[in-house]
Amino acid sequence: MLEFLTRLFGRDSGSKNVAKERLRLVLVHDRTSISPQILEAMKADMIQVISNYMVIDESKLEVSLDSSGNTVALVANIPVKGMKRASGA
Amino acid sequence: MGEVFVVTSGKGGVGKTTTTANIGAGLASVGKKVVLVDADIGLRNLDVVLGLENRIVFDIVDVTSGNCRLRQALIKDKRLDGLHLLPAAQTKDKSAVNPDQMRTLCAELKKDFDYVVIDCPAGIEQGFRNAIAGADKAIVVTTPEVSAVRDADRIIGLLEAAELRDPKLIINRIRPKMVRQGDMMSIEDIIDILAVDLIGVIPEDEMIVITTNRGEPVVLDQSSRSGQAYRNINQRIMGEEVPMMNLEEEGFFKKLRKIIGLK
Repeated sequence: MLEFLTRLFGRDSGSKNVAKERLRLVLVHDRTSISPQILEAMKADMIQVISNYMVIDESKLEVSLDSSGNTVALVANIPVKGMKRASGA
Repeated sequence: MGEVFVVTSGKGGVGKTTTTANIGAGLASVGKKVVLVDADIGLRNLDVVLGLENRIVFDIVDVTSGNCRLRQALIKDKRLDGLHLLPAAQTKDKSAVNPDQMRTLCAELKKDFDYVVIDCPAGIEQGFRNAIAGADKAIVVTTPEVSAVRDADRIIGLLEAAELRDPKLIINRIRPKMVRQGDMMSIEDIIDILAVDLIGVIPEDEMIVITTNRGEPVVLDQSSRSGQAYRNINQRIMGEEVPMMNLEEEGFFKKLRKIIGLK
């Protein structure tokens, strides 16, 4: 009956895809031995370096790990508010 | 010389004890000499699942601490000739046994039995370390849930680190109808994520509850699907090639035909 109803109301993709995606992301973190503390420390260092060149929105900065196939990627989403004027020369 | 298997999962409640009981009873029912070791010290359960709870005199801690001889602590099953249980202690905790003692114990049991199957406690601490210490092979049990698969992944990593390579996976409590609807991860999805060999799939089955209530392993029930699934796993453990069970539920007419005896 539930099967029929869900089909009737056209809920196309099932919840298993949500489960798979969440599992995939959580395992990327579990399998690399990078702790949340290290990730936080890295984030702070990145802010420091990038701030030398750009004005960034620190509150919206996101750093996470992602994977596709066998490779793991560090994904940083850093909203830029503006450029810093070249100092010195 | 027998083989020592450890049944483990990381997460609790996925069916380690039920699986251990059914592997043991199933192998014994085809004439093998089997001993089941309950390594969940402090939370003894394998005895009740097997219906042997009234016959415990000594336990695993009595053996490792020298209170009794190994033979005295082994409980012989009344229904199956080759089946024996070494129960866990209920009043001690995990630190009452150490990995070295487990290795010695397993080596001892291997001499007398074809199969030694260890029921591992949930978690990754000392109880887990003890349970895997004397094992030759590992069986990892999971269910099609994010939490259980995640823990299985962690356990597979820890087994590998402990040189227990190539563990075999059991996917328990799968509901084919939900898989079909796209609301439960499929066998392929889980294998894909965990990258280990599958040794069996157990469909969700009310008979598990019923047989466990009675203290009789479902593997001895010839008509149940979960019993068949466990019998297939046991054949694979013995090195036979058995095709994976068709999990599709039987339709109304097939059921009807079975009832009126047309098969």
